[in-house]
Amino acid sequence: MITPSITFMVLIMLSFGAFWIGRRRAFAVAGNRAGLIAMHSRPVYYGLLTALWCAVPALLIFSAWTIFEGAIITQLVVNDLPDEIRSLPPDRLNLVVNDIKNLVSGNVVATKIDQNMQAAADHYRHLRALSNMALAVVVLAAGMAATLVLRQRISGHLRARNQVERIIKWILIACSTLAIFTTIGIVLSVLFEAIRFFQVIPVTDFIFGLEWSPQMAIREDQVGSSGAFGAIPVFAGTLMISAIAMFVAVPIGLMSAIYLSEYANRRFRAVAKPLMEILAGIPTVVYGFFAALIVAPVIRDAGIGIGLDVSSESALAAGLVMGVMIIPFVSSLSDDVINAVPQALRDGSYGLGATQSETIRQVVLPAALPGIVGGVLLAISRAIGETMIVVMAAGLAANLTANPLKTVTTVTVQIVTLLVGDQEFDSPKTLAAFALGLVLFIATLILNVIALQVVRKYREQYE
Amino acid sequence: MSNLHVTTAKRTASRKAIDIVNAGLARRYRAEKRFRLYGIAAIVASLVFLSILFISIFAKGYPAFQQTYLKLDVFFDPEILARNSLTTADYPGLVKQSLRRMFPEVQGRRDKRMLYRMVSSGAAFQLRNMVLDNPDVIGQTIALWVPADDDVDMFSKGHIQRDVPESERRIKDKQLAWLDRLSLEERIEKRFNRVLFTAGDSREPELAGIWGAVMGSFYTLVVTLLLSFPIGIAAAVYLEEFAPKNKWTDLIEVNINNLAAVPSIVFGLLGLAVFLNFFGLPRSAPLVGGLVLTLMTLPTIIIASRASLQAVPPSIREAALGIGASQMQMVAHHVLPLAMPGILTGTIIGMARALGESAPLLMIGMVAFIVDIPGGFTDPSTVLPVQIFLWADSPERAFVERTSAATMVLLAFLIIMNATAVYLRKRFERRW
Repeated sequence: MITPSITFMVLIMLSFGAFWIGRRRAFAVAGNRAGLIAMHSRPVYYGLLTALWCAVPALLIFSAWTIFEGAIITQLVVNDLPDEIRSLPPDRLNLVVNDIKNLVSGNVVATKIDQNMQAAADHYRHLRALSNMALAVVVLAAGMAATLVLRQRISGHLRARNQVERIIKWILIACSTLAIFTTIGIVLSVLFEAIRFFQVIPVTDFIFGLEWSPQMAIREDQVGSSGAFGAIPVFAGTLMISAIAMFVAVPIGLMSAIYLSEYANRRFRAVAKPLMEILAGIPTVVYGFFAALIVAPVIRDAGIGIGLDVSSESALAAGLVMGVMIIPFVSSLSDDVINAVPQALRDGSYGLGATQSETIRQVVLPAALPGIVGGVLLAISRAIGETMIVVMAAGLAANLTANPLKTVTTVTVQIVTLLVGDQEFDSPKTLAAFALGLVLFIATLILNVIALQVVRKYREQYE
Repeated sequence: MSNLHVTTAKRTASRKAIDIVNAGLARRYRAEKRFRLYGIAAIVASLVFLSILFISIFAKGYPAFQQTYLKLDVFFDPEILARNSLTTADYPGLVKQSLRRMFPEVQGRRDKRMLYRMVSSGAAFQLRNMVLDNPDVIGQTIALWVPADDDVDMFSKGHIQRDVPESERRIKDKQLAWLDRLSLEERIEKRFNRVLFTAGDSREPELAGIWGAVMGSFYTLVVTLLLSFPIGIAAAVYLEEFAPKNKWTDLIEVNINNLAAVPSIVFGLLGLAVFLNFFGLPRSAPLVGGLVLTLMTLPTIIIASRASLQAVPPSIREAALGIGASQMQMVAHHVLPLAMPGILTGTIIGMARALGESAPLLMIGMVAFIVDIPGGFTDPSTVLPVQIFLWADSPERAFVERTSAATMVLLAFLIIMNATAVYLRKRFERRW
């Protein structure tokens, strides 16, 4: 059985061979030492050029093939299905195709296997084997052909080094543009589904609606809520948890940054700083587990002890733990900007007789303020986008409340609950997750852009 | 005279100023001390929190490294085994039979069921494997250590108290008596929990292990590393060494900086919409997880690599160019090797982040309940942090300690990775 991965491996080995062929050819063309010196490039570049010729076109064919193979084969199989199946509505047809695919990969199929399905699965399997075989032949033939063509062209005049460098440079450019494509991909994928959502639910209902209950009846006759997609309670919950997190993170992070950069001696700094950075390295799922298992019960018991009604999934627990997670983030960003304040400003203040804390409060902090604000904005954007802590410790119920002891929900929690599990992909319920994702992306994007701008401006000021 | 007058006036005035200063001095020094104390308090607060987190997880998790086993005298009854083929024979029946022999006084369906419930359903699989490995055991009676049910395990670890009323206790009074007899006969023992490190997920806590998740994490990280390391270096080299200063490179830079701060769950939405729905890649596969995590960690790696390329002094570039190297040769032969320790450090830190990440993987279906150990890049699998998330949701008391144990394993991996990064930085750091 020839699988694409075997083809890929063989291709890689082939291009190693091509390197060796090209290099040997260069030596053969040169003949002797003097000939080698007369060649345009060193032999290794002829080898590299041969290898690139062998690998690059073949790899392009390979990736194009693997991307389109699935869709084409599925289409072929669907065309061969009996008419009564083909005339099913698209979503039912999709189910059938899924069943066939499951059958092919040997998974358990829910419905009973009938003759047609089995035939279709066999057909699918046959087509895939055929396609894999063809892929191997085409890719390897392309690689070998390119190798042979180049081998003929190797001579003292071939500017191998320049060509190799040009190809590599294009590869580098391609890699660096990946960031742009990622952003475009995010925007398109979120926007596309969000627009489909807004075709069903008006934008104004989504942004200004006060009720959020995304459970929708799947069938017309089903009893159940009709679904309400007013996102205000979700936004409010996100803001409340983020605000609690900031109340924890900003004072503690800022004060520890001040202490570490202004007061602490070298040895204390060398111990305390890495220890605080451990907090930043702990996975968020661990924080979430900790919040749900330890912090939330402690807060609930304490609340009951003083006669308050505390929900076991209170916003307070999630917010507190999230705040702790963000402490090192705030502290290291503030540390950077505090260190960037010129020593001359401090010396001037000491010269006027100010104590150290007066210097910090009245000179250093005002001078560092823009940078600190930028850092806090970045921290807010992290708090808004944080997922696991709130999924595990905050609730699902979208309450519009200002009481941090009640359960609230956040944008990220809703995205996770709407998308995890099996749903049909075009119900408003699933699409709502993408609309929330769009809001989340835009909100964090704005915060990030402002923050990065502020920080950059500030850095330039003292450089 | 007037001169003298002026100086005295000045002296009284200045004495007044110093008096004012002196009067406020004590207050100002107190403020100074207070401010300093706030700083220490802030640091202590975060360190206290850190230690609470570690201690509580350790305290909850370490019992999970042990599991209670019961010793049964199993008679491999040829009669029962002959009823079906050896692979599908009634092995649970064997276990029940040996339990009945040990406690002949137990009568009645309810009592018997209570008795059977003390042994894990994994015991039957253990017997089955023994028979399949060595059919000679049929007809013999062998004393075997089999895993106890999670409730018995919790009881023997002291999480279920005897003095709780029976209706609120998961171990009933009769079971208590049987367990007491077993421990008198030294047929109950706590052993190292090998299952935790060798098995995949399971609904039964005593049969659940993290090995499936560890392998899933491994495959996912391999994909992430193979893609993000070369692409990250290539992008950093281009931006730092070749790129002209123009709108395009500015755009790329803004994009990279933004992507570094985009919430990770958004990358999950991207993976769901593009890799799963558009390209039709398999759900729950480490391949897709690796692709998503690549996109997520690339900005981190690019930023770290650029910083470390920047740290290589220009004199080295000039020297290389001066003796006739091309720009590409200068980068490949001189700049990149010198920047490599920094790049590796950045990559390891990026990988550590990817290992601990779970939110985007929830979006692409790596939250499924998967029993099999994944054996490749397209097998359905889950990863260690997601396994923690799944177990944290389980109601059984025994899963709480397993969740903590899995957390400890995850933290151990992360600490090793970060320590390697720190070591690399210390060992190869060069100041120019």
